[in-house]
Amino acid sequence: MTAVQDTKTIISIKNLNKEYVSSDGKVVRALQNINLDIHEGEFISLIGPSGCGKSTLLRLIADLIPPTNGQLTINGHSAHEARENREYGFIFQSATLYDWRTVLKNVQLPLEVMRYSRKERDKRAHEMLKLVELSDFADHYPWQLSGGMQQRVSIARALAFEPNLLLMDEPFGALDEMTRERLNNELLEIWGKIPSMTVIFVTHNISEAVYLSSRVVVMSPRPGRISQIVDIDLPRPRGPETLDSDQYFHLISQVRHLLREVHD
Amino acid sequence: MSTVPDSQLSTPAPSKFRLAFQEFLDGSGGTVLYFVVIVLCLIGAWEGAKWLGQETDYRLELGPVKISLNMTRDLNMPHLKDIAEALSKPSQRQGPPLIEILVEKVSYTLRLAVIGFTIGTIIGLALAILFAHSRLLERGLMPYVVASQTVPILALAPMVIIWSENLFGSREIGMPMITAYLAFFPVTIYTLRGLSDVPPTALELMKSYAATRREILWKLRFPNAVPYIFTALKITAPASVVGTIIAELPTGIQDGLGGAIINFAQYYVSGPSRLWATNFVTAMAGILFFVTVAVTEWLVVRWKRPSNHLDRWIDTFLRNLRRVVPLLRD
Ligand SMILES: Nc1ncnc2c1ncn2[C@@H]1O[C@H](COP(=O)(O)OP(=O)(O)OP(=O)(O)O)[C@@H](O)[C@H]1O
Ligand SMILES: [Mg+2]
Repeated sequence: MTAVQDTKTIISIKNLNKEYVSSDGKVVRALQNINLDIHEGEFISLIGPSGCGKSTLLRLIADLIPPTNGQLTINGHSAHEARENREYGFIFQSATLYDWRTVLKNVQLPLEVMRYSRKERDKRAHEMLKLVELSDFADHYPWQLSGGMQQRVSIARALAFEPNLLLMDEPFGALDEMTRERLNNELLEIWGKIPSMTVIFVTHNISEAVYLSSRVVVMSPRPGRISQIVDIDLPRPRGPETLDSDQYFHLISQVRHLLREVHD
Repeated sequence: MSTVPDSQLSTPAPSKFRLAFQEFLDGSGGTVLYFVVIVLCLIGAWEGAKWLGQETDYRLELGPVKISLNMTRDLNMPHLKDIAEALSKPSQRQGPPLIEILVEKVSYTLRLAVIGFTIGTIIGLALAILFAHSRLLERGLMPYVVASQTVPILALAPMVIIWSENLFGSREIGMPMITAYLAFFPVTIYTLRGLSDVPPTALELMKSYAATRREILWKLRFPNAVPYIFTALKITAPASVVGTIIAELPTGIQDGLGGAIINFAQYYVSGPSRLWATNFVTAMAGILFFVTVAVTEWLVVRWKRPSNHLDRWIDTFLRNLRRVVPLLRD
C-alpha cells in the first residue's frame, strides 16, 4: 500500500515539545521532539502507557492547549486557524453532553454556534442520529441514555458539521467489549463513506488500534515520545474475518512487544 | 431437618393487600399520609407540652435539672383550638372575622415581597454575570457586596423608607427595595458558583467550536447555573416575606402583616391567640412562596433526573393530578 504517500499531508508536526508548568513551578515534560506527518484519509491510532502524552498531543492538534515550542500545521496553516475555521471535530473520553439539552439539541449544538439555519440544523441532526441509530431517542435527555448511547450521541454531534478531521480521545474506553466492537464497526463504516476523512484515535486497547487503523503510533513515557510507527496493511473493508486472520494476530503481537519494550 | 432455600425463608410472598398498600404509599397517598401523621405529631407535641406543664404545676424536675414549664400557660401558649377560633372570630367589635383581615394583609405583604424578590433576583443575576465576565470587577466589588449583608436590615429599613419618601413622595416604594437588598445576595453567590462550576471538557467542547464568550455564557454557563439559581431562590422566597415585614415596621403602614404583628403583639397579654394566628398565616405565606418557586423549578429544570425528595414529590403529585383531571372532566 503506497497510496498513503501520494495523498496530501493534513497534519505536519515537527520537533514539537510540550511542558506543563504547575503553579508551584514544577515542570512536567509531557512531549519531547514529536515528528509526525498525517495524510488525508488516514486512520491513525495513538497508543502508549498511561501518562505518555497521548491526550496532550491530541489537545495540541486541537489548539486546546499551546505548545511549548515546535511546529504544528494543519491543512497548511496553524492549529489556531484550524480551530477558528472549525476544521476538526473532537470527541472526548466522556461523552460531554449538555444535561439540559435533549439528544437532538445536543447534536445541534455545534450547528447553532456555527450559525446554521434552523432548517439545516434539523435536517442534519436527524440525519446524524439516524447514522448512529438513535433516531428514537431524539427527545430524551442524556441521563436517560446508557454510556454507549451517550458516546454515540457525541459522535453524531462531532460529525454534524462534517469536519474532515476527527480527533478522538479514548472514545470507547469506558464501554464493554461488545459495545466497543459494535461502535468500532460503526466508526469504520462512517469513515469509509467519506474518503477524505482523517481520524486520530487515542486508545489503550491494542486490538482496537490494530483493527481500526492504517497506522499505529506507539508512544513511550517520561518524556512522551514516539517510539515506533506500525503500518497496518490489513485489507479493507475490515470485518469479522479480519479478527480471525493470522495477519491480525501477528500485528497485535508486534504492537504488544513494542509496548512492552516501552514500559521498561 | 429439611433444607429450605434462603430466598424462601427471607421473603414470603407479599400479600395482595400489602402490595396495594405499598402502591398507595409510593404514590401521592403516601405523601398525604405522611403529612397527616406529621401534623398530628406536631399537634400532639404542642398540646402534650401544655398538658405536662399544667399537670406538673409548671415545674418539671428531672433529677438535678429543673425546668419551669411556665411558658406552656394558656397566656403564652394558647390551645390550638383557641387559635383556630381566633381566626374565625372578629378581632374588633363588629369587624369581619380575623381570617378575612389577615388574608387581606397577607396579599398586601406578599405582593410587595414578590416585587422585592423579583428586583433582587434581577440585580443578583446581573451582578453574577458581570462578575463572571470580569475578574477585576469581582475582586473590586465583591467585598462591598459581602459587606452590604453585614449591615443589620433593621437599622437600614427606616433610612431607606425616609429616603424613599423624600425621593418619590411615597414610603411604599422603599419597601421592595429593602426586600431586594436582602434577596439579591444569595442569588449573586449561587449564580456565580453555577456560572463557574462548569466541567472543563464542556468548556473545551465550546472552545473546539471556536465559540465566542457570549455563546459560552448563554449556551453553557448560564444553563449550568440554573439549578444553582433555583437553590438561591428557594432561600430568598421565604426570606422575602420576612424582609417585607421588617420593611413595613418603620413605615407605619397598617395594610400588611407587619402592622398586624405590631398591633397584636401589643394586646398579646389579653389575647395571645391573635398573634399566634397571624404567625401561622405568615408562615403559610412563606410556604406558599417557597412551593411556587419549587414548582417553577420542577417545570423549568425538566432535564434533570429527579434527585431530591421534593422533586420526586412534585413529580408524583403532578403525575397523579394529570391522571385525576380527565376523570373530573367526565
Ligand atoms: N494540565 C496539566 N498540568 C500539568 N501536567 C499535566 C497536565 N495534563 C497532563 N499533564 C501531565 O502530562 C503527562 C501526559 O498527560 P496526558 O494526559 O497527555 O497522558 P495520556 O497519555 O493521555 O494518559 P492516559 O492514557 O492516562 O489518558 C502526564 O505526566 C501528566 O501528569
Ligand atoms: Mg489521556
